[in-house]
Amino acid sequence: MTSKPYNEMYLGGDDTARSHYSRYTKWLANQPSDRLAQKRAEADALFHRVGITFAVYGQEEGAERLIPFDIVPRVLPLEEWIRLEAGLKQRVRALNAFIHDIYHDQQILKADIIPAEQVLCNSQYRPEMQGVDVPGGIYAHIAGIDIVRDGGGEFRVLEDNLRVPSGVSYMLENRKMMMRLFPELFSEHRIAPVDHYPDVLLDNLRSVAPTGVADPTVVLLTAGAHNSAYFEHAFLAQQMGIELVEGQDLFVRDEAVFMRTTQGPQRVDVVYRRIDDDFLDPLVFRPDSMLGVPGLLTAYRAGRITIANAIGTGVADDKSIYPYVPDMIRFYLGQAPIIANVHTYILRRPEDRDYVLAHLPELVVKEVHGAGGYGMLIGPASTKAEIETFRKQIIATPERYIAQPTLALSTCPTFADQGLAPRHIDLRPFVLSGRDVTIVPGGLTRVALTEGSLVVNSSQGGGTKDTWVLEN
Amino acid sequence: MLSRTADHLYWMSRYIERAESLARLVDAHYRMSLLPHSSEALAHSLHSTMTALHMESAYRARHDVIEPKLVFEFVSLDRDYSGSILSCLRAARENARAVRGSLTSELWVTLNSTWLDARSLAARRSPSEDIGHFVEWVKERSHLTRGVTIGTMLRDEAFHFTRIGTFLERADSTARILTAHQRDLMPGADAGVVPDPFEWSVLLRALSAFEVYRRVYRDVITPFKVAQLLILRDDMPRSLLRCCKEVYTNLKSVANEQSAETERRAGEMHAMLHFTRMEEITTLGVPRFLEQFLTRLLDLGGRIASDFLVPPAEA
Repeated sequence: MTSKPYNEMYLGGDDTARSHYSRYTKWLANQPSDRLAQKRAEADALFHRVGITFAVYGQEEGAERLIPFDIVPRVLPLEEWIRLEAGLKQRVRALNAFIHDIYHDQQILKADIIPAEQVLCNSQYRPEMQGVDVPGGIYAHIAGIDIVRDGGGEFRVLEDNLRVPSGVSYMLENRKMMMRLFPELFSEHRIAPVDHYPDVLLDNLRSVAPTGVADPTVVLLTAGAHNSAYFEHAFLAQQMGIELVEGQDLFVRDEAVFMRTTQGPQRVDVVYRRIDDDFLDPLVFRPDSMLGVPGLLTAYRAGRITIANAIGTGVADDKSIYPYVPDMIRFYLGQAPIIANVHTYILRRPEDRDYVLAHLPELVVKEVHGAGGYGMLIGPASTKAEIETFRKQIIATPERYIAQPTLALSTCPTFADQGLAPRHIDLRPFVLSGRDVTIVPGGLTRVALTEGSLVVNSSQGGGTKDTWVLEN
Repeated sequence: MLSRTADHLYWMSRYIERAESLARLVDAHYRMSLLPHSSEALAHSLHSTMTALHMESAYRARHDVIEPKLVFEFVSLDRDYSGSILSCLRAARENARAVRGSLTSELWVTLNSTWLDARSLAARRSPSEDIGHFVEWVKERSHLTRGVTIGTMLRDEAFHFTRIGTFLERADSTARILTAHQRDLMPGADAGVVPDPFEWSVLLRALSAFEVYRRVYRDVITPFKVAQLLILRDDMPRSLLRCCKEVYTNLKSVANEQSAETERRAGEMHAMLHFTRMEEITTLGVPRFLEQFLTRLLDLGGRIASDFLVPPAEA
């Protein structure tokens, strides 16, 4: 059953602030009531002006929307962050070790820790990657790990995003916006900076270039200006000072990748791609893809180019593999997991299935290959008919589902129509793996703007907040 | 830099320059429409201008008569006409958005804001009394864009392609505005025929040359001197010579293995204007001269595209 959600700002129900929010709430109490509304309007106008928008498909030109930005920050005390950081690094190290393993010796399958067919028959498993060595054995160079806090105040991993995780540009732009709107808050708090993220990312991408390349050329591969995340692609390319390329700008010759420039062909060493595996190379994956580069996989397999994230990482962030990540940490690192998973019922197991079928109205059921908050049953918020539909589907194909208790995601006061009100939030820190594993303090806090809603995805009406890690 | 990026930058600056040129033309005619003056002369000037800019058939598809108010609305705010100022601002912004990572943030925000504001101005369907205000604003935004470009962009290839686009467009625009008024630039016009002061001031104002003319010549306006100023003066920012010089200089900075012939032709155009005397042009005839100039300019634009912007597919 759901318990009372943890309030990030206030202690147990009354309005005594938690110590890391005490200065903020003091400041908040001194703000004239209309100032915050005015600042919020200012933020919206600025985001439009700077074009921090996402494209909306199938609408008239210039149909670009803002991802709603909330002006109340999400604050994390340093000691919580230190623990989170250690847990995230541990988890991503294990995930990279897992991906390397399943595309090489498959020891974890031989040890019977994960059922082999669950990996090898997964649609995200790429047989083309079997035996391919990638620089540093790193596959998920950029990982977005979704963290939630349960009713007891404990952090848990909700989901790993190891393919093309997005949202980091909002983390950076939200910070810039907060500094512009409320400079006084930044002199009153010691807030860990995040704006060096592009430098760290570029350094990370250069560190995984094919061996022997002294001064690697890195490019960011985008699907183009009509892609919903185009702003982020352009933003990151600009911040890193690298070329933002489309498939048509690249070509492969003699197993090497070149871009078409005004000075003739120029060699490319690292491709930070923001398009899915399926579209990367029409000769190997979807033949109808106009976004990719014919022959890219040949160059990749020959070790002439690094693709970040690697091809085939999707097998490790699939919901059917998620329940095994704590086992991976024990298996590869010999350590106890620092951050726990959300307890997960694996419906291919008869005992889990029986329990879930008996408790559907209180559980969340997720389809294993679904993403973005679709293909999901939130028991407590569903009608009898919806539950029965899912019941039939589970009985028919139990291996397609997992189930979890309905989490009381923590809440943070958020600007709503009637003033500040608690809304559910999560956190997506971005974990970079290369020579080392690094995380810029904080991440992207997403907030479900509808009262009571637990869905924070921007495609379903979620907003974002600036995330502070306090250094004092 | 990427060829596609260079292409977008080139067109981004061409469209901004085009928006400004159109705004100047509308502005000059609009001011004149406020003066007590022969409406025939105004209609004639609008007609020859639209012809020189190849706008006439699109206008005729909408209206039967040349009515100043309708022309101003059409050139400034017609959403469906790809050659209107509004459409140029949109095209500049779309090109900028496609390569926003290659622009400085200031430049991108300037172009994006220009488009957002233009769009809401157009949506409010300002009555044509506001046209003067609108084109004034467009000129200011173009000045701002140019200032931000020069003030913030690294002097690298991206900058040079931006400049090439600006000056090719400007040369084209000056040549076409001169073409529209060529009747008054005929050799005979100097001797005997009294030039129409109305057309002169439109021409000079549309090229920001009215005050410059006074300053340079301290004399009454004569067709010979007007042509000299707008074709052969090196220090006149919108003259053909100045534009060709800038195209040539910027082109030299981006030269690649296959661009030698393009560079030579740009240099030749510059040298021709640099060493020609006005008498030679009048002997050939100003209209003929302008026609030849526009043909060579078109050839140059095509060569720049195939050398740098959309290179033929790799084998």
